[in-house]
Amino acid sequence: MTTTPFPPPTAKQPASQPAKSQPRLPARLHADTVTLGYDSRTIATGLSVAIPDGAFTVIVGPNACGKSTLLRALSRLLRPQAGRVILDGGDIAGLAAREVARRLGLLPQSSIAPEGITVAELVARGRYPHQSFLRQWSKADEAAVAAAMQATGIAALSGRLVDELSGGQRQRVWIAMVLAQQTPILLLDEPTTFLDMAHQIELMELLADLNTEGRTIVAVLHDLNQACRYATHLIAMKDGAVAAEGEPSAIVSAQLIEEVFGLPVLVIPDPVSGRPLIVPKGRPGPAPGLAAARAAPHPPVPAAAGGTPRPAAPGASPQIPEPHHD
Amino acid sequence: MRAAPPAIDFGRPVQVVRGLDGRLSARFDRRALAIGLALAALALGVAAVSLASGTYPIALDDVLGALVGRGEDQLRMIVVEWRLPRVALALLLGAALGTSGAIFQSLTRNPLGSPDIIGFSAGSYTGALVVMLMFSGGYYETAAGALVGGLVTALAVYLLAWRRGVQGFRLIVVGIGVAAMLSAFNAWMIREAELEVALSAAIWGAGSLNGLGFEQLLPVALALCVLAPPVLVLARPLRQLEMGDDAARASGVNANRTRALLMVLGVALTAIVTAAAGPISFIALAAPQIARRLTRAAGVALVPSALMGGLLLVSADWAAQHALGVQLPVGVMTVSIGGLYFLWLLIREGRP
Repeated sequence: MTTTPFPPPTAKQPASQPAKSQPRLPARLHADTVTLGYDSRTIATGLSVAIPDGAFTVIVGPNACGKSTLLRALSRLLRPQAGRVILDGGDIAGLAAREVARRLGLLPQSSIAPEGITVAELVARGRYPHQSFLRQWSKADEAAVAAAMQATGIAALSGRLVDELSGGQRQRVWIAMVLAQQTPILLLDEPTTFLDMAHQIELMELLADLNTEGRTIVAVLHDLNQACRYATHLIAMKDGAVAAEGEPSAIVSAQLIEEVFGLPVLVIPDPVSGRPLIVPKGRPGPAPGLAAARAAPHPPVPAAAGGTPRPAAPGASPQIPEPHHD
Repeated sequence: MRAAPPAIDFGRPVQVVRGLDGRLSARFDRRALAIGLALAALALGVAAVSLASGTYPIALDDVLGALVGRGEDQLRMIVVEWRLPRVALALLLGAALGTSGAIFQSLTRNPLGSPDIIGFSAGSYTGALVVMLMFSGGYYETAAGALVGGLVTALAVYLLAWRRGVQGFRLIVVGIGVAAMLSAFNAWMIREAELEVALSAAIWGAGSLNGLGFEQLLPVALALCVLAPPVLVLARPLRQLEMGDDAARASGVNANRTRALLMVLGVALTAIVTAAAGPISFIALAAPQIARRLTRAAGVALVPSALMGGLLLVSADWAAQHALGVQLPVGVMTVSIGGLYFLWLLIREGRP
């Protein structure tokens, strides 16, 4: 993942100005000045976002910034109150649900596994948009389900009941179901939630592999460091607007993170990948109420993190901004 | 048609059928197929026994002979003209109830989400009572009243439960409330009515196949022929809906439209039963769950539920007529069987 097929478009743009994102990169899927919300509650106004083809796009942002809402709109689950979501040049709202489901797969935040269903049966349900009343289990269905289970490493679990699997295994089953849908674009809403760290990394690497194989991936993530490490295109959202977007190394700075999340951080190069690594500074001192009670001052931030970047991984050339001190 | 060996382990034996150059393909759960065939055979067996029993017992051979047009005229008349419509109605109405129960339990993802629990049967009864007591309508008017009552109740429950789409659990809770109100209203209407009318309303309200003949069988059979194809076609999207709205929609299902259509079909199935025979409880509740436990399939399946419903109602009707020496309305019998089922379910679920 050292080469990126597109230039970082909004690099060096001051984070305080919301990035104006025109679909200047080839993008089959983009939102065109959409207003998003539920009933009377508006979450985003005039939002434009393009999903670069072939990229691994990760959307980050604080809670309630509208990132999941954006993903729902991009996948046609939520109809914009104004504006349009464009898929392959046409308004996605005008396409049949089945037609969308053949081009774009979505892993929702929560799905329900029917009681007593086995792994292969659940994965096979991902084939729905390719099936019909008369053609319910074609050879192509069989091949797609087998390939999806292979890719997610659950082929050995094929005959097991989904109820009996661990959380990590179950999440891979759901991902296999979306993979069996065989869509060129794949959207995932917080796919790593509820997974332990090893399973999170495993899942992110699976997504990176799928991306390398040519699928366009969009994921909403909470973990900024995972986002920086695996994304080829990062979209940082705040209050229903895009605060910055581009290649992680180009846009992630302490200033951006503090602005978007309101959290003072250090940004250093990740010793493994050379990409930005975000280290929260935490509270500068004891809580005000406890200040008097505590005699000793809060231990200072270790000096080692103070700005001598460790050697980056070969090939990676991250532009690490100076850690932002205040 | 040829059968290909399954390449994927589904955790249970499956039968893959493909033909016509790949234009036709299906995957069956072998256990569900076997159970389905067994249920159908059992239901037909009970039906044959039911045709043979009565104040004038007939040997099974003669019953089968009479059905294919052989044997004495008198025997043929008893079997075909008198007993067959009732037995056929028991099979068909039971299948309708089983299907309706499966649809709603699947939509609500809850074994309690059956039309007799969430008020649709009570609503059908209200509609029928209004016609009987206020307009002194005959059989067909009463049936129409039941149909309208069921649909109006379903619409009311649906709208009351609506909040940016309909969620299963809210539908059940709202439905139980509506059912309670309607039952009170029904009781009040019977109290207020003339003794004679009230008596016939109460008899109808117990749910009975007594006195039903060809003139009731034909409209029921016709209506079911109309309702069956769309139900079968919607079985696939219904299965997708079990995974939640987002997952179903992401896989290409138009969730709200599919759900609304299935609800109309499910209500129509229940209303046809109420219209023909009065409210018959517990078949819709029990048949899908018993079928699910027998087939051990994922989720609630429509066809096994329909077969189970047919078997349950034809058995209950036989027992109501002949088992206890007194003729009971079949509704009383299904309520008793349903009570036993409920006990079994509670004891089973209560154990770790």
